[in-house]
Amino acid sequence: MSTQHSKAAEVYQQHTEVVQRHDQTFFGVRQKRDRMAQALPEWERLREAASQIKKHTITHLADYLETFEANAVRNGVHVHWAADADEYNRIVYDILSQHQVKKVVKSKSMLTEECHLNENLEKRGIDVVETDLGERILQLMKLAPSHIVMPALHVHREDIGNTFRKLIPNFDEIAQSYAAVGSMPADENDPTFLTFVARMHLRQQFAEAEAGMTGANFGIAETGDVVVCTNEGNADMSTSIPKLHIVSMGIEKLIPNYEAMGVFQRLLARNGTGQETTVYTSHFRGPRPGGEMHIILVDNGRSSILGNEEHWQTLKCMRCGACMNTCPVYRRSAGYSYTYFIPGPIGINLGMLRDPRQYSDNVSACSLCCSCDNVCPAKVDLSTQVYRWRQQLDSLGKADPMKKMMSQGMSFLFNHPSVYKTALKCSPMVNWVPAPLMNLKLNPWAYGHQMMKFPKKSFHELWKEVII
Amino acid sequence: MKIGLFIPCYVDALYPEVGVSTYKLLKSLGLDVEYPERQTCCGQPMGNAGFERMSVPLAKKFDELFAPYDYVVAPSASCAAYVRCFHPNLLGKKPEDCEAAGKTVDIVEFLHDVIQVKSLPAKFPHKVSVHNSCHGVRELGLSSPSERNVPKFNKIIDLLQLVEGIEVVEPERPDECCGFGGMFAVEEQAVSRKMGLDKVNRHIATGAEYVTGPDSSCLMHMQGVAEKEQLPIQFIHVVQILASGL
Repeated sequence: MSTQHSKAAEVYQQHTEVVQRHDQTFFGVRQKRDRMAQALPEWERLREAASQIKKHTITHLADYLETFEANAVRNGVHVHWAADADEYNRIVYDILSQHQVKKVVKSKSMLTEECHLNENLEKRGIDVVETDLGERILQLMKLAPSHIVMPALHVHREDIGNTFRKLIPNFDEIAQSYAAVGSMPADENDPTFLTFVARMHLRQQFAEAEAGMTGANFGIAETGDVVVCTNEGNADMSTSIPKLHIVSMGIEKLIPNYEAMGVFQRLLARNGTGQETTVYTSHFRGPRPGGEMHIILVDNGRSSILGNEEHWQTLKCMRCGACMNTCPVYRRSAGYSYTYFIPGPIGINLGMLRDPRQYSDNVSACSLCCSCDNVCPAKVDLSTQVYRWRQQLDSLGKADPMKKMMSQGMSFLFNHPSVYKTALKCSPMVNWVPAPLMNLKLNPWAYGHQMMKFPKKSFHELWKEVII
Repeated sequence: MKIGLFIPCYVDALYPEVGVSTYKLLKSLGLDVEYPERQTCCGQPMGNAGFERMSVPLAKKFDELFAPYDYVVAPSASCAAYVRCFHPNLLGKKPEDCEAAGKTVDIVEFLHDVIQVKSLPAKFPHKVSVHNSCHGVRELGLSSPSERNVPKFNKIIDLLQLVEGIEVVEPERPDECCGFGGMFAVEEQAVSRKMGLDKVNRHIATGAEYVTGPDSSCLMHMQGVAEKEQLPIQFIHVVQILASGL
C-alpha cells in the first residue's frame, strides 16, 4: 500500500536532520503568520471578504475579463488570450522574436512553470534568466521549485556557494570587488557575501536583457492594472531597464477594483510569509515611454475548473503558500515528494484538476487534519476537496487494491452486526500471534507501531455481562 | 433526557474501558442511557480511504438506530464529527432532516455544553498533557484552532480542571496533527510515524506522565509509536480521567 508520494517521503525520512530542519523552518513561517493574524482584530472578516470577492469575481469572470481587457487596451497595453500552454508559449515567443530579443529577465511566476515557458524559449535560442534569488539559484542548479513562495528554502548555503562558484562566469571578479570595499568573509558561504554575488550577477542580467517578464498577483478589472508583489524588487528591475514588458496572468487572478485590492493586499504577505506586506507592491498600468507592454491572459484549464461543481473553489486561491507551511505532511515530506509542480494541499487539488490519472499519487499526502482550511485566506475548502478526490480514485482506476480490499472487508463486517460481534469475540486471539509474525511486512501497522493488545472482552460483551 | 450511547467500533474492540467510563459518567449524572446493540461503525474509515459509498448503508443504519434519542453521545471526537459533518451528505439530506446527525456529540462537548457540569467527584493526581485532536478542534470546535483569530477556549481543559489533584499542560504546537488519519497511517507510514514521533516527543517535553485526549484513535497511534521507540509516557482517554472517582 503506497503511492509515489509515500515512497518518496519514506526516502526523505532517512535524512532525519534535513526533515527536522525543513519542518522547523516552515512551521516557523506558519508561526510568523499566526502572529500577523492575531494582530489584526478584523482577520477573520478579511478572510470572509476575500472569499466572497473571489467567489463573486470567478462567477462573473467573463464580464470582468472583458472590462479588464478594455481598460488595459485603453491604457496602451496589448492584450492577448491564450487558451492553453501551447498557445501561451507561442504568443510569448512571437512577441520576443518580433523584438529580436536574445535575453529575457523574469520575475517569479508559477504560471510560467505551469506552462514550461523557460524550456520552450531556451529551445528556441532565447536566454531566460530568473531574477528572484531563490528561482535563480534553482535555475542554476537545474532544480524545480519546492515551494511556491519560498522556492529554494530547502537548499543549504553550502550548495548555493558551490553553485555560484561553478556557474557564475565572473564570480572571481565579483568576489574581488566585494573584498575591495571590505574584506573577504572567513566563511566562503557567508550569506551577505553570497547575496552580494547574486546581486552583482543579476544586475548584469538586467542590463543585458531586451525584455522583462513578470507574473501577476492581481489584475484589477476597473483600471486594467496589474499588481506584482515581490520582496526583492526584481520585478521592478525587470521592467525598468528593458523597454519590453510581458505580463503572464492566469484568468483567475482578476479582482474587481481597488477596494478589493485593499483586502488582498492585507492578507497576501501576512498569510504567506508573516510580513505585513511584501517589500515591493508594484502597480503596472501601461508601457513605459517609448516601450511596450503586453498582458497574456491564460486559461490553460481554468475555465473547465470553473465548471467543476465540486472543485471550482480552488480558483479562489491566491497562491500565498500558507497551506504548505501549515501542512504537517508537506513539512515532513518536502516539495519534491509530490508529483505535481505545486506541492502541499493546494497542489494535491490543482494536480488532480490538471490530470487526475497522472497526479493521483499525491492524494495520499493528507491526514485530513483540516489545518489548511483554517489558514487559507480565501477559505478554499482544501481538505474537503482532497476527501472528494479520494472518492473518485476507484472510478479513475487509481484506487489502491489493498485499501479497497480492507474497506470492503470492514464494510462487510460493519454491515452485519452478528458477524461483527463474533469478530469481536475472536479479536483477542490476535494477541496470541507471535510478535515476529506480527511484525512482518504484511502488517503495515507494525512499520512504526508496537502492535496493540486486544482486551479480553469488547464493550459489546461487557455491556451484556456486566453493565445490564 | 434519553441518551443513545455510541461506542465506535475500534473503542468497542480495543478500548472497552473507555466505553465503560463513558457509561458510568453519564449514569452518575442521572441520565437515561441506552446502548443500541446493533451499532457497529460510523463509516469514517472507508470514507477517508476513498470508499464513501460503502459508508452509505452504515450511515442509514446509524440514522435509524439512534433516531429515538435526544442525544447520541460518543467518546470519540473524530467519529462524532464524521456523523455530524459527513452523514447528511451520505444520506443525501440536509443536516436538519437527518434523525441522528444533528444531535450526535462527543462526550466532551456533551458534558461541557449540554449538561454544563460544574463539578465532578474525579481525582487524578498526575500531570497530563492534552492532545487536541484535529477533528475535535476543527470540526467539533472542542477548542479554538491555533490558526484562527478567535477568542481562546478549550473545553477539554475546562473539564479537566474539575478533577482534583490534576495538573494540565499542553504541548508546543498544541493542535498539530499526530499523523493517525485512519488509513493514512498505513498508506503514508513513514510520514505518519514521523508525525507521531514528533507529537509524542512534544508531549514528553511538557514533563507530563500522561497524554490525554478525546480520541482513542490518536492515542492508539501515539501509544504504538511510543512503545515501539520505548518512550516513557502513558496514554489515557479524557473520559477515564473524568470518571476516575466512579
